[in-house]
Amino acid sequence: MTCERSTPTLVGTSGDSLREAFGKALVELGQKRDDFVVLDADVAGGTGTHHFRGAFPDRFIQFGIAEQNMMAAAGGIASTGLIPFVTTFAVFCLRALEQARLSIVYPRRNVKIVGSHPGLDVGPDGASAQALEDLAAFRALPGMVVISPCDPLEVTQATAAILDYEGPVYMRTGRSPARRILGPEYRFEIGRGKVLRDGWDVTIVACGVEVGRALDAAELLHHGGISARVVNMPTIKPLDGELLVRCARETGCFVTAEDHNVYGGLGGAVSEVLVHTIPCPVEFVGVRDRFGESGEPEELAEKFGLTAPYIAEAAKRVLRRKRGGKT
Amino acid sequence: MVSVRTALMDLAKRVRRHSLGMIYHAGSGHPGGSLSAADILTVLYARELRPKPPRLDRPPDRDRFILSKGHACPALYAIAAEVGLLPREALAGFRKIGCTCQGHPHVGSTPFVETSTGSLGQGFSAAIGVALGLRLQGHGSRVYVMLGDGELQEGEVWEGAMCATHHGLDNLCAVVDYNKMQSDEYNKNIMDLEPLDEKWKAFGWNVLQINGHDLDAIARAFVSAKAYQGRPTAIIAHTIKGRGVSFMEGSPLWHGSVKLKREELVAALRDLDTPPETIDAYLEGRFDDV
Repeated sequence: MTCERSTPTLVGTSGDSLREAFGKALVELGQKRDDFVVLDADVAGGTGTHHFRGAFPDRFIQFGIAEQNMMAAAGGIASTGLIPFVTTFAVFCLRALEQARLSIVYPRRNVKIVGSHPGLDVGPDGASAQALEDLAAFRALPGMVVISPCDPLEVTQATAAILDYEGPVYMRTGRSPARRILGPEYRFEIGRGKVLRDGWDVTIVACGVEVGRALDAAELLHHGGISARVVNMPTIKPLDGELLVRCARETGCFVTAEDHNVYGGLGGAVSEVLVHTIPCPVEFVGVRDRFGESGEPEELAEKFGLTAPYIAEAAKRVLRRKRGGKT
Repeated sequence: MVSVRTALMDLAKRVRRHSLGMIYHAGSGHPGGSLSAADILTVLYARELRPKPPRLDRPPDRDRFILSKGHACPALYAIAAEVGLLPREALAGFRKIGCTCQGHPHVGSTPFVETSTGSLGQGFSAAIGVALGLRLQGHGSRVYVMLGDGELQEGEVWEGAMCATHHGLDNLCAVVDYNKMQSDEYNKNIMDLEPLDEKWKAFGWNVLQINGHDLDAIARAFVSAKAYQGRPTAIIAHTIKGRGVSFMEGSPLWHGSVKLKREELVAALRDLDTPPETIDAYLEGRFDDV
């Protein structure tokens, strides 16, 4: 029975945060593969990688509070054939953005950058730690894959998928306990979105913590007689253009929802696809070009307009635009 | 019978000539730091790196060299061409569109380059990563990285200096091309680096100080670094910016990206004992004939 006591729990359980699910997924993958290492800048307890450190201390490399060196060193490690997971808070990934650019993305190193603590979901730590720009920044790097999973199951699958993928990836996790959204039949695939709820009046495209809120919004809209489709879009780049085009044909308007600045993230990415294919009205739900502040995640989501009623309101606005009325 | 030392000295001169020829034809590039680095790069590629001579098939247990001061890449491309890692005619395309030799080294463009550099501090961190990766996989090969002196003003360098000692990376050897000048001016007037040896020592490095233009001293320092166990070695190589060309030596004017005039190239090549018939080949960009 001592063995059982020391065996880590491997699967992200309901109520787990995305970071916990990520840390546990690494342990699970570590038992199957020995070709990757995990890099930390003294925030293992925060990013979930303490699970991996406990299980595989020899494959866990401590860089101290020095993200720039860690990021560029990851490029060097990858050049020797090992696959590094660079892990820290999402804002500190931004701190080392230029290292990611030159030492990882430009030489196309097989490095996985995983940022915990994105968005207002960080809560009480306040604006300094709430990365509202990471999706935009990493999306701008040529050839970069950018992922923002919505629940523990998706994080678990995405962690395995990015390890299988050959090339640089940025993935967001999350700090707060996460809702279970996806069923056991769900299969994550890089570059693919998934319709979670069908509808015909408007499509709500969401990622991360906003996916659950989008589903709630669709329920609110349903009670008001509006049929909203909800798409979980975990890969911000490369975006699932095929699915968006289908949704544009079938619903004719969009709301995007993300715990990120409205500039440059999911909303921007969706709009870029639509203007080149089937232009149609889009309303953005996200942080409106401001910094966050301290507070509980749900309080902040309410204050900054990210909760389900705000998404539902945006859906009504975009429907009016689609029908040619005033917003 | 030419002695090994004479042959190396001749090779270093060729590296300098090629560097200036490349910068002349590119219409831009950094001559000062290329010339100060030339002797160290020559010893590394001609004598130190294993397998010897270096091979393009990149065996996983090869020694690595990373030019963290990426702007000195004319000298890197030049020595690479001399040891067979790069076709000599590729030198004529330096900084030109669609060509192999990018304005700063890029692994995706130039097959022998180990990692992309050009943003100061990053090549040093990448070298630390390489040293960690090689050791984790049980390779006994060594990692060399050259930093500029101005580069040491980047905070990332000292993050890396702490990290390499903490992890006991004795397979890592950093060479500081200490020519005392940076982009605009003397280091001491921009941001003083002294006492430089004490800084590296305080970060736990084995520190050697040498004349970076004395080929024997450079070779001896590499031997000594290789023998040192438990900690990384920093070789502080005292050099002269623009070394080998009288009107460039010790002048910050030749650090930055400059356009070399025809008469300047000719004068520089004469300073470097270039045979008169070869000067025309340089002027015409016929690197195959030099």
